[in-house]
Amino acid sequence: MMRTPEAIYKYLRPDKKFPHVWCPGCGIGIVMGALVRAIENTELTKDEIVLVSGIGCSGRISTYLDFNTLHTTHGRALTFATGIKLANPELTVITVMGDGDATAIGGNHLIHACRRNIDINAIIINNNIYGMTGGQYSPTTPMESKASTAQYGSIEKPFDICKLVEACGATFVARGTTFHAKMLDAMMLRALNHKGFSVVEAMAQCPVQYGRRNKLGTPMDMMQWFKDNSVSSPAFDKIPPDELDEQFPVGVLVNKEEKEYIDRYRDIVKKAGGDVP
Amino acid sequence: MNKRNEEVLLQGNEACAMGALAAGMRFFAGYPITPSTEIAEFLSAELPKINGNFIQMEDEISSMGAIIGASLAGTKSMTATSGPGFSLMQENIGFASMAEVPCVVVNVMRGGPSTGMPTRPSQGDVMQSRWGTHGDHPVIALCPKSVLECYTLTVRAFNLAEKYRTPVILLIDGIVGHMWENIEIPQAFEVTDRAKPTVPPEWYHPYENLPGGEITPLAPFGQGYRYHVTGMVHDRSGFPTLVHDEVEQCLKSITNKIKNNLHDIIDIEEYLLKDADVCVVAYGSVARSAREAVNMAREEGIKAGMLRPITLWPFPRFHLEDIAHRMKTFVVPEMNFGQVYGEVLKSSPKKAVRVTRVDGELVTPDQIFSKIQEVSS
Ligand SMILES: Cc1ncc(C[n+]2csc(CCOP(=O)(O)OP(=O)(O)O)c2C)c(N)n1
Ligand code: SF4
Ligand SMILES: [Mg+2]
Repeated sequence: MMRTPEAIYKYLRPDKKFPHVWCPGCGIGIVMGALVRAIENTELTKDEIVLVSGIGCSGRISTYLDFNTLHTTHGRALTFATGIKLANPELTVITVMGDGDATAIGGNHLIHACRRNIDINAIIINNNIYGMTGGQYSPTTPMESKASTAQYGSIEKPFDICKLVEACGATFVARGTTFHAKMLDAMMLRALNHKGFSVVEAMAQCPVQYGRRNKLGTPMDMMQWFKDNSVSSPAFDKIPPDELDEQFPVGVLVNKEEKEYIDRYRDIVKKAGGDVP
Repeated sequence: MNKRNEEVLLQGNEACAMGALAAGMRFFAGYPITPSTEIAEFLSAELPKINGNFIQMEDEISSMGAIIGASLAGTKSMTATSGPGFSLMQENIGFASMAEVPCVVVNVMRGGPSTGMPTRPSQGDVMQSRWGTHGDHPVIALCPKSVLECYTLTVRAFNLAEKYRTPVILLIDGIVGHMWENIEIPQAFEVTDRAKPTVPPEWYHPYENLPGGEITPLAPFGQGYRYHVTGMVHDRSGFPTLVHDEVEQCLKSITNKIKNNLHDIIDIEEYLLKDADVCVVAYGSVARSAREAVNMAREEGIKAGMLRPITLWPFPRFHLEDIAHRMKTFVVPEMNFGQVYGEVLKSSPKKAVRVTRVDGELVTPDQIFSKIQEVSS
């Protein structure tokens, strides 16, 4: 296995793209590192990978990595990705979205991509906030947390992204955090190798727009919080409900085989009398 | 279009779908909406037969996103909708303009605004097709008047999209989309395929302005040309930039590639214009009534003629300016409150009058004829 620095240099776009836009201590870079290491452990070439991102701090990942990259419109990454994957199923299509991107403005596309079980890898970087626009509350902002548009605390019940996508039919679902960077690599690798729609929720700290406003301490403190509150998924299921506080399960939460969308479409082509390649 | 062929009875929407297939379209994404749905229905049956892709998306926003994605993967792609769906597509249409991704968007126009009159035709989206998405951007919009033109202009829409790396809008009014006519299916016509980069990947800049105004070919994803595509203002390699020169270069080049090729893009039909002093400017189904009205006027000894913009955007402004000095009046009949009328006023200092109809019925020859009579008496 290639060590981080080498892998990073192989996949980063060297000229003109740096310094990157992320704040010091931001978790997005850790997620990007995990993605690169996961890709390094596949047989895929850079030419075979299309990285599609939405709009937001998370969406900027596509600028820095040396693949076929597409920075779409806010919330719509999965729609562009669907077109690419159908038009050329040989390509490995990865989408990177923020929590607002994927579950607010793009929520409709997310649930339908899950339902179709199309072979796209979705990475959702959940920092519980709209980072790029300055800290407004998102569908994953916890109740009572403060945001620039929730000055008295959020009164909306947050989504559990993993439960949401599981219910909608995603066939591979995993949750990791920036504290568990190695685990994140491994999950992403499994997601890449999975045939069907996969979702990896990467919990990441946004120290600037979320942490600061909610007095969560330094970026390290926020990552420590991930460590202290994450429970591996089998152990999580055994926690009695009255002992549940802020803990959340991490690990591979769903992994099942189901016929993938493009395979089903190939059946349609056969029925219609077309030639399946 | 030479060889003679059997005539077949076709609906406008069907002819549009057939034209798209003939142009090499192999990816369709859409969401059902009257009066465009027949296009999707037809293609859902036909595309699988030729190993093309049909997908019904969750809405028109996603349909537009999917066709841009498919086009970036190298496949000619299209969507079809009507007013409400066209409104939803606007943000991504702007993306296609900005990122210079060829694709075709069909809008079979119904009465608006809002849900309007789903089952009644209109021409109310002329201005939306020009300025629907935000910011200064180029656009090409074509407008057929017959079932045959639904076929031929769809082919042309794809050719222009590929040639100029831009979204092309086909504005079909609900009458033409739902009309049935016998047509002879064109057999031989030009099809512009996606140009391939002629330089190796190291030298490739997807947004480079080539000498002589040539447009850099768009390399399909996955073929060794790894580059970045964004809706942000970008430099020649596609990366976001705020450097003044690069910003200006980016915005000017997307507009100039259309502006500098008006002669190639603009297509008009002239009818009895040579000696005319009253010019009817009409498009789509209304041009059929206008032609009849011109005939009626000629019988009365009025020197009427017609100019029909087949290309609505860019607007054939210079063609109007060329004949303006000879005209007493321009008569502009349309199924809206005067969207093209406004353009005619801009193009010509001469008096222009409008004949508007927004009740969901077609503009009749009589209506236009009486206006011609009125202005020439
Ligand atoms: C249609 C549209 N609406 C709003 C915006 C403004 N906007 C840009 S990024 C963003 C939110 C980003 O939040 P998230 O998806 O969580 O990503 P993060 O920045 O936190 O990584 C918003 C609202 C936009 N670009 N487009
Ligand atoms: S605002 Fe938050 S998410 Fe965005 S770069 Fe800064 S720390 Fe990261
Ligand atoms: Mg966020």
